[in-house]
Amino acid sequence: MRKFLILIAFATPALADSDYIAPVTDPLTQAECSACHMAYPPSLLPAESWHKIMTSLSDHFGEDASLPEADAAAIEAYLTGQTRPAAQMRADPETPPLRITELPWFKREHEGEVSRRALEKAGSMANCTACHRGAERGYFEDD
Amino acid sequence: MKPLILCLAALAATPALAGDTTPEALIATYSAEAGQPADPARGEALFLAETGGGKPDTPSCTTCHTADPTRAGQARTGKAIEPLAPRANPARFTDTAHVEKWFGRNCNSVLGRDCTAAEKSDIITWLTGL
Repeated sequence: MRKFLILIAFATPALADSDYIAPVTDPLTQAECSACHMAYPPSLLPAESWHKIMTSLSDHFGEDASLPEADAAAIEAYLTGQTRPAAQMRADPETPPLRITELPWFKREHEGEVSRRALEKAGSMANCTACHRGAERGYFEDD
Repeated sequence: MKPLILCLAALAATPALAGDTTPEALIATYSAEAGQPADPARGEALFLAETGGGKPDTPSCTTCHTADPTRAGQARTGKAIEPLAPRANPARFTDTAHVEKWFGRNCNSVLGRDCTAAEKSDIITWLTGL
């Protein structure tokens, strides 16, 4: 039972009670990621995921998001330093998750919460701030 | 209140640019590199085309920028993209590194290759005339 509870704790990012998830604070990471989408909190994905994402930017979810090598490496170092390895997040380090929207807790949290109209207005489930106005500051309370 | 929020949002969406160039200077540089004068009609045609050489989710420039670059577009993530036409967005084509970075990414996404200097000068010339 105790082990089960610990697993649940790890499976859900950060503090579900306060809906706070530590935001990106590194200026380069903030600037580059947020050119196309909110700079997602590093702790949402395991370190292995960020490594894979930052070493495959030429095909970033269907688009070329290439960066100079030094910038990509610096951003990867920041992101991986702000989260945990896959083994501690109930994920397979060999096939780490790449889409936050496909994580079980994400699906659970959003199931039945987003109307078609709200999704249309947001444009995509990647657009956290459309509904979570404080997301860029780490606050994911429902609006 | 709402207009203020919109203004702030617009400011936040505009990247801080170094301002080391102008659309005209870029057109001159790319045209010289291409060895031919820029042609806005060719730029428009390329911008609106679906060439089929790139990634499936971005068949055309218009996928994100829309067919009216004097207005804002939208990234596939839902994030707004400021207008490309300098008349609507004076910050456009004023930073060489920014321009090269995004031509590099987006030509590869849409065309599956780099844009030529001629294509860059054609597109900027068309956008500047809008």
